[in-house]
Amino acid sequence: MISAIVFLPLLGAIGAGIASLMKNDTLGYVFSLTGVLLSAMLGWVVFITMAIPGIDQTIYLASWINVGSFQVDWALRFDTLTAVMVIVVTTVSAMVHVYSVGYMSHDKSKPRFMAYLGLFTFAMLMLVTADNLVQLFFGWEGVGVASYLLIGFWYQRPSAHQAAMKAFVVNRVGDFGFALGIFALFHLTGSVQLDVIFQSVPDLVNSQITILGYAMPALEVAGILLFIGAMGKSAQLGLHTWLPDAMEGPTPVSALIHAATMVTAGVFLVCRLSPMLEYAPFTRDVITVVGALTAIFAATIGLTQFDIKRVIAYSTCSQLGYMFFAAGVSAYPAAMFHLTTHAFFKALLFLGAGSVIHAMSDEQDMRNMGGIWHKIPFTYAMMWIGSLALAGIPFFAGYYSKDMILEAAYAAHTPIGNFAWVMGIAAAFLTAFYSWRLLMMTFHGKPRASAEVMSHIHESPLVMTIPLFILAIGAVLSGWMFYELFVGHHWYDFWRQSIFIDPANNIMDDAHHVPKWVKLLPLFISLAGIGLAIIIYGMMPSVAGGIARLFRPIHQLFYRKWYFDEIYDAVFVRPAVEIGRVLWIRGDKDTIDGFGPDGISNTVNRFSAFCSRMQSGYVFHYAFAMLIGVIALLAWYIRSL
Amino acid sequence: MGDISLIHYLMVAAILFTFGAVGIFLNRKNVIIILMCIELMLLAVNINLAAFSSFHGHITGQIFAMFILTVAAAEAAIGLAILVVYFRNRGSIAVEDINMMKG
Repeated sequence: MISAIVFLPLLGAIGAGIASLMKNDTLGYVFSLTGVLLSAMLGWVVFITMAIPGIDQTIYLASWINVGSFQVDWALRFDTLTAVMVIVVTTVSAMVHVYSVGYMSHDKSKPRFMAYLGLFTFAMLMLVTADNLVQLFFGWEGVGVASYLLIGFWYQRPSAHQAAMKAFVVNRVGDFGFALGIFALFHLTGSVQLDVIFQSVPDLVNSQITILGYAMPALEVAGILLFIGAMGKSAQLGLHTWLPDAMEGPTPVSALIHAATMVTAGVFLVCRLSPMLEYAPFTRDVITVVGALTAIFAATIGLTQFDIKRVIAYSTCSQLGYMFFAAGVSAYPAAMFHLTTHAFFKALLFLGAGSVIHAMSDEQDMRNMGGIWHKIPFTYAMMWIGSLALAGIPFFAGYYSKDMILEAAYAAHTPIGNFAWVMGIAAAFLTAFYSWRLLMMTFHGKPRASAEVMSHIHESPLVMTIPLFILAIGAVLSGWMFYELFVGHHWYDFWRQSIFIDPANNIMDDAHHVPKWVKLLPLFISLAGIGLAIIIYGMMPSVAGGIARLFRPIHQLFYRKWYFDEIYDAVFVRPAVEIGRVLWIRGDKDTIDGFGPDGISNTVNRFSAFCSRMQSGYVFHYAFAMLIGVIALLAWYIRSL
Repeated sequence: MGDISLIHYLMVAAILFTFGAVGIFLNRKNVIIILMCIELMLLAVNINLAAFSSFHGHITGQIFAMFILTVAAAEAAIGLAILVVYFRNRGSIAVEDINMMKG
């Protein structure tokens, strides 16, 4: 059954790919929807029958690599952590598949899109069920490829092309760290099998690894390297630049890959490696700081953007920061809890935004929206639910998970934990503010779209609204439904060995016993953010521009995304292009081609032209040459007499 | 001036031979001139043969000269016949036009 969950989406993808070659849209839908819907149902069945009763299972499929002491198997590891990821991935994926049927109805290559989505789902499931780091890396790269293909789905657009390449290249930086981390762990433990690594980790606490003559703590080095991989995939500060650009892909892709599932792979990796990271305190500090900085940094950018999808993309970036600093203070269950709830409400927000874009005839700029809430009331309600969940208003999903994270950060009682807490509180205010800014600008105020666009506005078809509705149920219910199970007092009964927290560390219990004001502060902060946004953008829209002018330098800094793209362009991209140009012209064309193939062929050409000029065709020339030859021979003969 | 000795005969023959050879190479006009130059070279050889025959008092050289004269006559006949056919085919016997072997 577990194999079926993983491989059904692959079969669906292959079927859709064949349908794409046959140019048969219906067949493509049938294959891919059957595959992923069955997979989602089986996912829930397995979650209820195995993860909740507490049955772990590892299914051996085949041997992959067997070289000396390096052995890698294809195996599906199914414990609680995997089960949670499986239901998140398959459920959101199934909803997005259904939604795409409506959203992509005007597109020419629908089966190709469905095939890519199925391929992504398979790769993501491979990633979360991996039993060893190499198989995990296979899934990791697989989702990277699927992400590249889907960002560049509209390959006729140069911007989509560039965004796809940017995502791929930035992810390579992270993957480089990830691969080195795997090498380091293999070097230390002699295995890539997760169980073997985790068993030998406690003995390695004091071992060191020598890099360029410096001895460093081995586990910290491996941990940091693996975290660099997680940073790349999860768009954390420094390697985040690809995520907003990835919004060039179709909106269902943004919902599935760049909000709900793929970008959370980094968080999953950190939680999966919890038995190792518990022995690497410095790495956890780094994770906490990077996560906290990303949370606040991305939120500040989200305040100023005008593209509806980019606002949500920066919000994703910021929420991933929350998950990371939760994991950084050892509250892995809280990170996984937020991952789950976030998957539902962020997919809801993205699909809702897709519904708005669909209604507005592919308009994404919020400056050209407004005043449409009574025309698309269902989408409007769904966006409200998503935003309430994101802002952490009570009884919506985000309230439980985000508060749990902030309480855990506070309960850590370390300087770094406190720093993360302060950043998290500030980011919560900004989150609420930009969410309602989005709602106000998109749905309220005077209509700013052209009359033609306004007359076309229509509610999306059922095939798009039903997935929205199901995700909205998740966004409302997943918080209190899973709260006791994931992060309650008996969290260990649920997660068991899949998450390891140092027994001396009572972070999960402490988080439940923080002062009352710590529990209430995020709520009031969020309400303040919502209120301020409604006042500024809902009641007096003209003030917003004035405030932006008043704080012009700061606004510019946020609006230009802290100039990250410009800095990277100047520091990395341009020099790389220059080096490439020099190597291309001086190195390849002038040196290698000049002396190599081109040089030799030129020499042969010149020599043969010379030889052919000697063949004048006049008999007397040949006769003269013969005479010269005879005389020369005679002269030589006479001389030697 | 003394008697005409063997060396004088040989010098005449050498000069005639050189004329013939140079005539082949410097000639730019006519294939017939090439044939004539070849005859000239053969005659130079004949002078050598006759001179040596007389010098050695041996008849063989002179008999050989007779043979060469016969062969030269046959060769001239065949060469002229080729020229006639060539002229019919190509409309010219100018040496400069005969360059079909040009690479």
